[in-house]
Amino acid sequence: MKYKSVFDIIGPVMIGPSSSHTAGAARIGRAARNLFGKEPTWAEIHLYGSFAKTYRGHGTDVAIVGGLLDFDTDDTRIKDALDLAKDKGLKVSFYEEDAATEHPNTARIKMGDGKDEQELVGISIGGGKVEITELNGFELKLSGNHPAILVLHSDRYGAIASITQILAKHEINIGRMEVSRKDVGKEAMMVIEVDQNVDDSIMEELEKREHILQIAKIVD
Amino acid sequence: MFRNVAELIEIAESEGILLSEVMIRQEMDYREQTREEVMSQMERNLEIMENAVEDGLKGVTSRSGLTGGDAVLLQTYLKEKEPLSGTLLLDAVSKAVATNEVNAAMGTICATPTAGSAGCVPGTLFAVKNKLNPTREQMVRYLFTSGAFGFVVANNASISGAAGGCQAEVGSAAAMAAAAIVEMAGGTPQQSAEAFAITLKNMLGLVCDPVAGLVEVPCVKRNAAGASNAIVSADMALAGVTSRIPCDEVIGAMYRIGRTMPTTLRETGEGGLAATPTGRALASKIYGIPLEKE
Repeated sequence: MKYKSVFDIIGPVMIGPSSSHTAGAARIGRAARNLFGKEPTWAEIHLYGSFAKTYRGHGTDVAIVGGLLDFDTDDTRIKDALDLAKDKGLKVSFYEEDAATEHPNTARIKMGDGKDEQELVGISIGGGKVEITELNGFELKLSGNHPAILVLHSDRYGAIASITQILAKHEINIGRMEVSRKDVGKEAMMVIEVDQNVDDSIMEELEKREHILQIAKIVD
Repeated sequence: MFRNVAELIEIAESEGILLSEVMIRQEMDYREQTREEVMSQMERNLEIMENAVEDGLKGVTSRSGLTGGDAVLLQTYLKEKEPLSGTLLLDAVSKAVATNEVNAAMGTICATPTAGSAGCVPGTLFAVKNKLNPTREQMVRYLFTSGAFGFVVANNASISGAAGGCQAEVGSAAAMAAAAIVEMAGGTPQQSAEAFAITLKNMLGLVCDPVAGLVEVPCVKRNAAGASNAIVSADMALAGVTSRIPCDEVIGAMYRIGRTMPTTLRETGEGGLAATPTGRALASKIYGIPLEKE
């Protein structure tokens, strides 16, 4: 079942006007920001389907940028996100795409800060709920219902075990886990949804393990 | 975890508890939280709804200028005249409109189940409240009952206008409200399900055709229609009227209708009212772009 909590239905508390096109868009932007782990200096935002047709009216553009600035759905600063981004030196551009996507409310966000880059696809499935379906070329399914860590690693034996061992040591329970790779022996991605937020000290411990390239987390 | 309305009713009847109680207990299980924690979070949502209605009744205007001020007109009319549709019904309509006007003006609201349909549940609640004099806890329970039905719709059909049209948003919201009114008025769980089914049946096929893609025209007035539909359906169910098509099958029908709806009528701002000469002229004026030829 996609919706698990009554507060997915009676909620979120949010700035109008649209739960899918404003609140959901802000959540996609914020997930991108969380995964990037720092404030980007540029972002290219590609909008598909209903997002592309109606984003100006729904404030989808300001909401995604608000999310990139780490604003929650009920943050009244969302209204002024485009101006605030300019003040902070975040350069944003929008592209209306014609291509048909599986879900009508889809956004692809490319972002960077001159040093690192990230590309992510998010969909807004209704009532403010979102899923992240792609990150840096890896297909995944991240609901945002729980805290999660994303681990980019070399496709070698033992890589998964080395991560889960550390989580077990700190008594962190894994709710759902997904592993995907682009090609045998190349880069691979672990998506681990957990029941507790993972402390920064544990994140550092995970990052030091062999075969681990990069690590990011989404806080509940 | 209940998966459909039949299971929701079955739990309530076999344990002899309210529908709201089924939802509260499930949420406590899912979140591993105490009753107080779950209730107080919903209480916060209730406060947001109260504030939104209050703001809307003072009068707001959206950035586009398309909506705003109708809630004030309705309240003034209520005070000065005897409304043909009855005080309670028109009070609910004015409060539903107030909520959606605040939403359109980028104010703070609580999505129930979505922002575009956020007026139906609070609009009916704050109107029915004056007649039934519920406790604060009963008002919070109203939101859990609404949420229980919305939960089933979201998991078995859709609550997104882009996926299922307005029937999935205002249709669901109105039907959720109808079920909650019945519980607050002392009806049985089954009567709540009947009220839900009757309301949603009367909203089937409703398309999502917002002018200029904005959650304003016709969304604000559709919430007025949703709120009145909910109250009338609740009365019908309380009178003993039942739906020939069971609740879960109505939800299934709504899902299939949504699947076959053309994309122009699913929140793209391209069909229906959005494609009328006036709708297109408003869009071109708001965005400052010349009118496209057909």
